[in-house]
Amino acid sequence: MSALQRLARGLAAAALLALTVGCAAPGGPAAARDPLEPMNRVIWGFNDQADQLLVKPVARAYDAAVPEVLRQSLSGVLSNLVDPWVAVNQLLQGKPVLALSDLTRFVINTVFGFGGMADVAGALGLEKHHEDLGQTLGRWGVPPGPYLVLPLLGPSSARETAGLIGSLKGDPVWEHASKAQKEAFTGGLIIETRARLLGSERLLQGASLDAYSFVRDSYLQRRRNLVYDGNPPPPPREED
Amino acid sequence: MRRPLLRAIAALLALAAAALIMPAAARAAEAPDALIRRVSAEVLERIRADKDIQAGEFRKLSEFVDATVMPHVNFQRMTALAVGRGWRSATPEQQKQLMAEFRTLLLRTYSGALGSVKDQQIRMKPLRADPADTEVIVRSEVVPARGEPVQLDYRLEKSGDAWKIYDVNVLGVWLVETYRNQFAQEISARGVDGLIKSLVDKNRSFEQPRKS
Repeated sequence: MSALQRLARGLAAAALLALTVGCAAPGGPAAARDPLEPMNRVIWGFNDQADQLLVKPVARAYDAAVPEVLRQSLSGVLSNLVDPWVAVNQLLQGKPVLALSDLTRFVINTVFGFGGMADVAGALGLEKHHEDLGQTLGRWGVPPGPYLVLPLLGPSSARETAGLIGSLKGDPVWEHASKAQKEAFTGGLIIETRARLLGSERLLQGASLDAYSFVRDSYLQRRRNLVYDGNPPPPPREED
Repeated sequence: MRRPLLRAIAALLALAAAALIMPAAARAAEAPDALIRRVSAEVLERIRADKDIQAGEFRKLSEFVDATVMPHVNFQRMTALAVGRGWRSATPEQQKQLMAEFRTLLLRTYSGALGSVKDQQIRMKPLRADPADTEVIVRSEVVPARGEPVQLDYRLEKSGDAWKIYDVNVLGVWLVETYRNQFAQEISARGVDGLIKSLVDKNRSFEQPRKS
């Protein structure tokens, strides 16, 4: 019962946040999607500094020191810890079969895959899915709202931020973790993600006239795509 | 006596003409998803076989793309959509420059990633389109030997009897839409020539020796 209550609390918090901040115009030109652009650009600059000074050097060292096999194990463990929450969100989006599949993934990989170090379930055909509370809210019809750049965490939107806060309340794994475990998980996730992106920076710098716009417009499309599981309805398109 | 000979020659000529026209006609009738399947298989195979292209050697990649990919792309429409409202106010000369620089930018961007082409397979998703449609979205996935598949979709238009690509989607992100705001920003700040200049500068910066 208390797990359900926690979940309800998380959902209520997320829904409330999404309602209060998420009611801006969906889609449309840059100004409508990014009314907080001046503030976002300041945080973007701050994140860039933090990245250059701290996150990137750590990710570089990690990339150089930790062999690929070990890194895959670590990223498998992190990914596995998220799967129960993925299953909850599948259920909330009305996909009970996928919810069961993701829950089974978690059980199999935890028991037989040494806590997720090996993706045994994947080899058995239980594919990894990416669902979170932000996508669930999107599926329920909540628009993304204004684009946000979060300090240290980067690109987000009102809806996605609400989802993130809600998941801190609702995620059963997160709820049962100690403070040290939470810190280890967050730190590990940031460094592992950043290390994977080491090669992409030059691509981003080379491909974009304005990296901020490039990331924003890619991020918002990517999230919309995820909400519709890779098959979004065509956006209203202005033909010139 | 001469009549049957003439007739035979005429028949041979007609056959030859038919043989010349037939492949073109067969190509033209190709469905959009069949086209994507064929061209992506060709591209992957060619990249796998060519170390220079894998290394991102620009001239070779450029020739290869012009020969294999560009015949199936309406690059003018792609550029026009990315440039947005500014396109119509641009002179034909400016439009030509925009297309050339945008093409170079995209090629340079992709050239850095071709080294990672290895044993990926292309998996086509079912096409949901009406035979009367003149615009379709073809969905596919690049499936690596291990790890998760990468979504890769295309927008195509029917021009005449052939299908042409005018937008590409990687992991849910459409190329045209990703450039539209950046290009609009540049045009509203510095005009069409300003956008051309930024593209030229960007492309030139690739030519500097790359050091990390």
